[in-house]
Amino acid sequence: MKKLMTGNEAIARGVYEYGVGVAAAYPGTPSTEILENIVKYPEVYCQWSPNEKVAMEVGIGAAIAGARSIVAMKMVGVNVAADPLFTVAYTGTRAGLVLVSADDPGMHSSQNEQDNRLYAAFAKIPLLEPSNSQEAKDMVGLAMEISEAFDTPVMIRITTRIAHSQSFVELNDPQERIIKTYERNQSKYVMLPANGRARRLVVEERMHKLADYTETVAVNYMEMDDPTVGIITSGISYQYVKEALPKASVLKLGLTNPLPSGLIKEFAAKVDKLYVVEELEPYMENEVRRLGINVVGKELFPPYGELSVRMVGEKISGQPGITVAPAFDSPVRPPVMCPGCPHRGVFYTLKQLKLIVSGDIGCYTLGAMAPLQAMDTTICMGASISAGLGMIKAHPEMAENMVAVIGDSTFLHSGITGLMDVVYNGGNLMTIILDNSITAMTGHQHNPSTGQSLMGQPAPQVDFVALCKALGIKRVTEVDPFDLTRVKEVIKSEVAAPEPSVIIAKRPCALIIKNTEKPLQVQDCSGCKMCLKLGCPALSFDEENKTAQVDQALCTGCGVCINICKFNALRKAGDGNV
Amino acid sequence: MSKITNVLLVGVGGQGTILASKILTHVAMAQGYEVKMSEIHGMAQRGGSVVTQVRMGENVYSPVIEPGEADFIVAFEQLEAYRWAHFLKKDGVLIVNTQKIVPLTVLIGAQTYPKTILSDLKERVERYIELDGLKLASEAGNAKATNVVLMGVLSKYMNFPEDTWKNALEARIPAKLLELNKIAFALGVAEAK
Repeated sequence: MKKLMTGNEAIARGVYEYGVGVAAAYPGTPSTEILENIVKYPEVYCQWSPNEKVAMEVGIGAAIAGARSIVAMKMVGVNVAADPLFTVAYTGTRAGLVLVSADDPGMHSSQNEQDNRLYAAFAKIPLLEPSNSQEAKDMVGLAMEISEAFDTPVMIRITTRIAHSQSFVELNDPQERIIKTYERNQSKYVMLPANGRARRLVVEERMHKLADYTETVAVNYMEMDDPTVGIITSGISYQYVKEALPKASVLKLGLTNPLPSGLIKEFAAKVDKLYVVEELEPYMENEVRRLGINVVGKELFPPYGELSVRMVGEKISGQPGITVAPAFDSPVRPPVMCPGCPHRGVFYTLKQLKLIVSGDIGCYTLGAMAPLQAMDTTICMGASISAGLGMIKAHPEMAENMVAVIGDSTFLHSGITGLMDVVYNGGNLMTIILDNSITAMTGHQHNPSTGQSLMGQPAPQVDFVALCKALGIKRVTEVDPFDLTRVKEVIKSEVAAPEPSVIIAKRPCALIIKNTEKPLQVQDCSGCKMCLKLGCPALSFDEENKTAQVDQALCTGCGVCINICKFNALRKAGDGNV
Repeated sequence: MSKITNVLLVGVGGQGTILASKILTHVAMAQGYEVKMSEIHGMAQRGGSVVTQVRMGENVYSPVIEPGEADFIVAFEQLEAYRWAHFLKKDGVLIVNTQKIVPLTVLIGAQTYPKTILSDLKERVERYIELDGLKLASEAGNAKATNVVLMGVLSKYMNFPEDTWKNALEARIPAKLLELNKIAFALGVAEAK
């Protein structure tokens, strides 16, 4: 049976078909739907971990114990998981271990554009690059085979266009799910320096064996046609090449670490002019050059952003094509905090108090956008608290108007250690935990504070107050982020306090708990536009009547704007004479 | 190279472009075409622009439609039609739902919502259809069926048998909402005539 599937769905299908026993991940676009689809196969144990390093280690443990295991993350997540990854490359595992890295060329929803193929080379592990959903599924099986045959973790690297594009996948029956028995092996799994040195040699031997294997593996193959143009390519770029230049000869590489030097030489000898077409870094191109082969690559294609059919066709044919510019000048439509979002009022208050905001990653990063613009820095998951500490160590007087802002899931991901550092090193920093009780931005995944596991089991909930106190924070205050008077009062007193403090602004995500309040009404509006400074999509200005107006379909009745209006013009339905 | 049909569905997060694309891909598959579909998720739920690309034909490689290559654009919202109009082929069909969803940049007064969208589009595009899909969907019984109204319009311009569309609706829409959506679809078909 043939089904239309995204790359992420296809990987989940591969997990089901190829006997995987354990899957772990931390959500991150464009990787999130891999686990969200694995959970549909109850035969496979799967879980959200608090961060990617933990997910990687869960996968490593499960694979050492004997179950085929898979871990998935967005590319920046691999930075977090790199520590265990580089050492499990030495130990290998008893059953197959596969890491899926979902890269994001074009930065559709990421803070950088790193090319994680370099991680595979750096960690000395095999790398597979699918170019459609069928290959994504098949390569889960191939990755498990390679992992077990060569006793190594394997990376499958996809990109946004693979993860989120649908193409046909042939469905097969699942293999038997065999969990091997556990076997103790200290010299292999205890990475004391003496054992590590021995395993270091194993890594080199393994790469030599893989160098032979990659020459003949079925996913590396030539498609010979017109010999004047030869293109080496992989991943989504292969699709662009095939469509732009249907006559060109192609060396299609699926296993790209190690690269098949023999096959590359053979292909180069058959064609007049050789190109490498790949997104981001000149990863394959550098290897081709190292072999002493003349090749054209990044002279034509940028090392940033996505490629396209048109770009590939134009650059290789050398004929400048047509540029199709936007027809009209259109106002942008960036994502915004939803109507009723519990984060909005907090950012409004931070702006009002002119605080320096060390920000973090989640929906609340939208607090950086107009009109709130209440954020000074956002670097990576968990950086808000530790970077905030750094700022006040550089300028101690900044503590008087400095705040670190972080969400519940991000705090659990990597904010806790930063807060520990604040206490340990006497940083007088105020931290606000925006607890909307879900990992919201990636589409509402559970985390250790939400009370439910990925597989739908009830789970214990992290108690943020108790956790902060255990770390040594004496001043911990909970507030309702809809009560702006109290929010402002607490922020003012805590930022002035001579010791570190945490404010927990607790209110579920507006998309999870639908507000049952009626939409607000407007009466006796002076037209001052103060309420528009909240940046709520339900509020706008009626130019004809010169009054604020409330979109009755969008307004959730949260009432945050009532706090802002000095003229009592915004009212709950039923209040006053409305 | 075999002929490929490119359909671009553009709108705002929450407008139901995903279900529309599922109906469309169902139809294309039933016709025996290879189908590829691409969409950028991530922040769509937060009111941003969303675009779904559907490509169908004998042999489809790239999942992505290039500017100037769309045979059909179905715009669920005026401004999104404006934003994506340059993706349309010279003789392509542009279907515009006249609904307006004002972006926050306009709400806060940083930008203005263009006033001449519909007339500009009409002037630029020869094969241009505009309709109040929201009103038709409400007539059918639920404003949320706007996406299916728009598929009804599209069906009149694509060369697929009526039955195939009917089957797709039956396969993709939950039973209790099916009748309503069939009416919505029919209202779309009638609008296209």
